[in-house]
Amino acid sequence: MAETQVLTQPWRQPLLLRLLQGGSGKAYGVALLLVCVVVPVLNLLVPSGSVFHLSNYMVMLVGKILCYAMLALAMDLIWGYTGILSLGHGVFFALGGYAFGMYLMRQIGHDGVYHSDLPDFMVFLNWQDYPWYWKGTGSFLYALFLAVAAPGLLALVFGWFAFRSRIKGVYFSIITQAMTFAFMLLFFRNETGFGGNNGFTDFKRVLGIAITTPEMRMALFVLTGLTLLAMLAMAQYIVKSKFGRVLTAIRDAESRVMFSGYNPLHYKLAIWTLSAVMCGIAGALYVPQVGIINPGEMSPANSIEIAIWTAIGGRGTLLGPLLGAGIVNGAKSWFTQSFPEYWLYFLGLLFVLVTLYLPNGVLGLIRKAKGAKS
Amino acid sequence: MQQVFCEFLRVFRAFLDAGRRDKDMSIGNKVIGLVLGLLLTGGQAQALTLDEMAALSAGDSDARIDTLHKQVVKADPALLGFLQALENDQVKLVNGKPVLLDDSGAAHDPLTNKPVTLPDDAEDVVNNNRMRGALDAAIASLQLRSADVAVRKAAVEVLRDAELDPAELDMISKAETRETNADIKDMLERIRSRLELSSPDSAVRIRAAQKLGESDRAEIKQLLADHLADGAEKDPQVISAVKVAMLNIENRIARYEVYGTLFSGISLGSVLLLAALGLAITYGLMGVINMAHGEMMMLGAYSTYLVQHAFQVWWPSMLGAYVIVAIPFAFAVTMLIGMALERLVIRHLYGRTLETLLATWGVSLILMQLVRSIFGAQNVLVENPSWLSGGLALSSTLVLPYNRIAIIVFAVLVLLLVWLLLVRTRLGLFVRAVTQNRRMASCVGVNTARVDMLAFGMGSGIAGLAGVALSQVGNVGPDLGTHYIVDSFMVVVLGGVGQLMGTVYSSLGLGMLNKLLEGYTGAVLAKIIVLALIIVVIQKRPQGLFALKGRSIDG
Repeated sequence: MAETQVLTQPWRQPLLLRLLQGGSGKAYGVALLLVCVVVPVLNLLVPSGSVFHLSNYMVMLVGKILCYAMLALAMDLIWGYTGILSLGHGVFFALGGYAFGMYLMRQIGHDGVYHSDLPDFMVFLNWQDYPWYWKGTGSFLYALFLAVAAPGLLALVFGWFAFRSRIKGVYFSIITQAMTFAFMLLFFRNETGFGGNNGFTDFKRVLGIAITTPEMRMALFVLTGLTLLAMLAMAQYIVKSKFGRVLTAIRDAESRVMFSGYNPLHYKLAIWTLSAVMCGIAGALYVPQVGIINPGEMSPANSIEIAIWTAIGGRGTLLGPLLGAGIVNGAKSWFTQSFPEYWLYFLGLLFVLVTLYLPNGVLGLIRKAKGAKS
Repeated sequence: MQQVFCEFLRVFRAFLDAGRRDKDMSIGNKVIGLVLGLLLTGGQAQALTLDEMAALSAGDSDARIDTLHKQVVKADPALLGFLQALENDQVKLVNGKPVLLDDSGAAHDPLTNKPVTLPDDAEDVVNNNRMRGALDAAIASLQLRSADVAVRKAAVEVLRDAELDPAELDMISKAETRETNADIKDMLERIRSRLELSSPDSAVRIRAAQKLGESDRAEIKQLLADHLADGAEKDPQVISAVKVAMLNIENRIARYEVYGTLFSGISLGSVLLLAALGLAITYGLMGVINMAHGEMMMLGAYSTYLVQHAFQVWWPSMLGAYVIVAIPFAFAVTMLIGMALERLVIRHLYGRTLETLLATWGVSLILMQLVRSIFGAQNVLVENPSWLSGGLALSSTLVLPYNRIAIIVFAVLVLLLVWLLLVRTRLGLFVRAVTQNRRMASCVGVNTARVDMLAFGMGSGIAGLAGVALSQVGNVGPDLGTHYIVDSFMVVVLGGVGQLMGTVYSSLGLGMLNKLLEGYTGAVLAKIIVLALIIVVIQKRPQGLFALKGRSIDG
């Protein structure tokens, strides 16, 4: 079952990307200004009565969506550009979240319900000491390292085995889903030291500073925005590089790439691991803003949802996934507030309609409209 | 004398009843039993005295239990009724004299049966748990004389778990000699052996140990161990006999445990097989990833629920047959939905498997939410019909539930049906032809679009059948499918694509492996290990364990 995708040449260089290439610096400048000046000013300085005031809830929501956008971008690199559909990105995201979440748990210190050295859930579940994998997570830097290393290592090992034996297409998708499922079961267990179904929550402070102050929230938001911009720039660099060209070639005709003397293993493994690391970083930024991480984040449904964000925005484009993550998650928070029972109908229809009628996503639609006009 | 006559009437009536119920009791036995019953009741006509009743009702438990044992050995005919009254808290004490209450609460004199007024200061008889245990055992011992096999059987089961007094040995042996039902006789012999283990005669003890060695109960093994543990047993022959008996029990228990694991492995395997068979057709043969497959099972289970509901409302007397009706109904419902799904969505995505995966996932979300909207988010109640509840008891510890056995049989039948359909029918021929070479099949006149639709409908219908089966062993809720979808994909992937037999091997293998591991690691960890193993195996054999060998580079 070869994965043949009919992707035409101009579509790979879509309108907005070309815009970016033309005025790349300008676009990044606008985005930087938005993230670092406009949002903080609207949130912190504009009084809350004003129409221009940005509520804390909105900042949290946008911050959350920015984290999702990183996931979608990571998914795009591996699926949109390399043609490998991963149904396991939720695991990498949650691993990053858990690693940083443990740091946040330890920052609670003695303020927990049990006033003990260990986090509440460990006292509650009769742990005497931190298991080996949580050693050292009290250090901020080590926790950050872990948030990157754990998903990266998992992806490296898993990917090495999978790509080496040339597992591809739906096979790969299905075994990543099995991996997701296994990890979810593992993290749901109480005795594995991940807090069972409650996960980690009730965070109090980061680096000794209270986590709920508006300044701290804004700092996290700005950090998230900057990280996303950096990832975008990196992704742009990658897909334009020779490395990126080989990835696209692997997507379109892997056998031919092999016959031309390239070994797809290294290329796939590199982009796969990088994609996982991006997810881990997204997770680490997500947890302090949202305030909770639990094994529900690892459910196969969450991982597969990432794919639809990417698809709806436009696979194989850089801005598409960001757009998709924004559209779907914006719709989600609107639906779950106004018509919670219709959200799954909407999401389900989105899956069906996008795959049937919008193979190139919203960006593809815009490009078509523009193309028709000119 | 009047009392004796009444007793005669009672015994006679009981024998008439028994004659109706107990077919294996010959006429001769009945007559002997009748005479025996008469002798027993007539010979001990002197009734239980008021003092004896008082001794049974009042005082400290040790003394009461002691009296109880003595009375049971005497086996007065009035005793059983009195003990049952004690057990049911229908005895009160008035100035130390017992008074019986009937079910309406009216008081009677226990001897003359004349109504008496119950004074306000009447004391309750307090039975602690130990006393109750002794009462149960005593009642059971007396009920061994019942003419009703079912009563005797229940009595023997009570005695098996009860602590018995050595004084009752004689009574048990008598009951054993009297007993005509082979099962009950065997159980009585075992109970007797338990008591005989403390016999002064070492030959009797050896025989008792040997008999006890035939048991499969951990309690008996403990009893034997206790017998050795207190050091009172000096005879080396008896000690070795007891040890052999313990070893026998241990082996037997271990053997039944293995049988039990094998059975649950096969049972899980058959569930997996049912869940994966439909996928083997849609994915294995047609190359379509159907993430809504689990939801097809869920719809099958809900169809079963609907049929059950219809029977409850319209034909409650035939409720037991609802499962049979549910099978074709669920198949039809899910098949139609599957064909509609193929027509509306999947048809447009052939050749784009990853997109199919996403689209069908969307369909599964919609179906799940639809069921939630109609039936509510809670599980619905699907009950086993009476002929599927209960189980086949192979030993005291190993009971094979009928619903599990039925599913194994059902899975085999469905497999057979699918195989016949694929190999022996025209449609099956077309499906295989399209699988092998779509264009060529089309060229020679096969309507591939129609074949695709029918094959997909068939796969979905089989998922519906799996849903009927699952409704009989697990909860039926909107997310039923999500619990099975990963497992069934694993089965197909491991078994190899395009191979029906591969699916069979891998579902049985996975079911067995899962249950074997469960014994050591617990259910969740076993599942994780199995998933990890599958991932490793897939890496070694990407096309599945039982895949056909081929030459295509992109497989």
